[in-house]
Amino acid sequence: MKLEGRKIYKGIAEAEAIVTKDGISFYGGVDPDTGIVVEVGHDLEGQSITGKALVFPTGKGSTVGSYTMYRMKKNNMAPAAIVNESIDTIIAVGCIISEIPCVDKIDINCIKNGQKIIVNGSKGTVEVK
Amino acid sequence: MRLEPIEKDMLEGKHGKSAQKSMEILTTLGEIFGAECMVDVHGVQIAGVSYANLGEAGLEFLNEMAEDGKVRVLTTLNPAGMDRENWRALGIDEEFAKNQNRAIDTFAKMGIITTCSCTPYLIGNAPHYGQHIAWAESSAVCYSNSVIGARTNREGGPSALAAALTGKTPKYGYHLDENRHGQILFEINAPVKGTDEFGVLGKLIGDKLVELGKKIPYIAGIPSATVEELKSFCASVATYGGTALFHMEGITPEYNKYTKPSEIVIEINQDDLDKTRTELIDDDLEIDFVSLGCPHASIHEIAKIAKLLEGKKVKKEFWITTARPTKRIADEAGYSKIIEDAGAKFAADTCCVVAPIKGRFKGIMVDSAKACYYGRAKNKFKVKIGSTEQCVEEAIK
Repeated sequence: MKLEGRKIYKGIAEAEAIVTKDGISFYGGVDPDTGIVVEVGHDLEGQSITGKALVFPTGKGSTVGSYTMYRMKKNNMAPAAIVNESIDTIIAVGCIISEIPCVDKIDINCIKNGQKIIVNGSKGTVEVK
Repeated sequence: MRLEPIEKDMLEGKHGKSAQKSMEILTTLGEIFGAECMVDVHGVQIAGVSYANLGEAGLEFLNEMAEDGKVRVLTTLNPAGMDRENWRALGIDEEFAKNQNRAIDTFAKMGIITTCSCTPYLIGNAPHYGQHIAWAESSAVCYSNSVIGARTNREGGPSALAAALTGKTPKYGYHLDENRHGQILFEINAPVKGTDEFGVLGKLIGDKLVELGKKIPYIAGIPSATVEELKSFCASVATYGGTALFHMEGITPEYNKYTKPSEIVIEINQDDLDKTRTELIDDDLEIDFVSLGCPHASIHEIAKIAKLLEGKKVKKEFWITTARPTKRIADEAGYSKIIEDAGAKFAADTCCVVAPIKGRFKGIMVDSAKACYYGRAKNKFKVKIGSTEQCVEEAIK
């Protein structure tokens, strides 16, 4: 199944999807040194997003979150790709400066946790295998 | 998006790596928000300066941009995490000071003027009516859009830097007339005076806007307001309401440019102001810290504080936060000596919001509703709002 969305940042990544209905705040919500979600009460609390295709509705929280994403990339702890329903500026800027392939305007209900997906940030598509 | 030849060249890397990365950020934001083209900016204000917020990650990004990046327009900086000259006396540790200076030096390398102030409009980064700018720092964004009538969106650290390195910003949001109309009418039926009361009003309106899901208030019934009162109001309404633009009848330059909103009218009476004020005063309060200058104190405010402190001695930690250039004027005018003789301290280049002082004090008294918000949320202090006079009284008590 191929989902058509909007390209946000270029690049292609094939990875296991980790899906949540909660918004994500990278600043304070994710530990940039371990890649683990630490926001108390978050759907993904305690789980690692490193190397995964991270699928969530939209970003939230402080604009410093863009720098946190950059730090994760430098630490080799970043997600392999990001898929959003509706992107916000923090995640968009974070993907650009960290060079993480990113697509939005995707119905994230079509992607299940653990599925292998191919995120094509250059074309704006997500392929579910 | 429709790009000019120079913008295309930047995007293709013909003007260097940092201009390319910057243009990637700006065109992507432009696409997301439906901008048709870019607009030239006349000035930039950059946030994300405190090392406490930047961290090594942010610093690494800045260093990468500084490799070949130079600003193309007048660009100034938000407050840093410390006074660059007086940090030891203010209890900042050596390691933090070293890292903070690394960050500021990196900004300087790109040609940014390292004023470190949240009130760029008071110290030389002053746009005029109708000019397009790209500012971060929510209180200054609100001031420039509303009080000056310049045009900016609420930029974040990286997007403001991208605008500085290219001289461009995508033309959407508050850059367009159609998005600058007042949405709700607030009728103020009580006198509002002083920085603290304008801060209280800002919280009241800000909270209401969040509740109603609106952004642009039109405020009627304020007969006059000083620069300092408006700066306090801007900081508060931006903090509590996320507001980037308001119109104030008879005061701000665009109040009669658009149709006065009439569908939703909210009356604000003395009772409402009193109730909001109590929300900015915590119970079981023990004040051991007084801080004035949020946003950064103007020379007029410093003159007033000097007059109140003349011949007195403060018994509590007392900071006056301001921009370095304003501090220099205070030095020359003799205000600094009066203030420092009384035992109060200047904290230039920084403020009680961004300095790393979490947990260092029990209770803070301020004349700013914004400072109350961050005193609680970020620094875990109990808070009390009062007039400038009441703050000084508390400090010498």
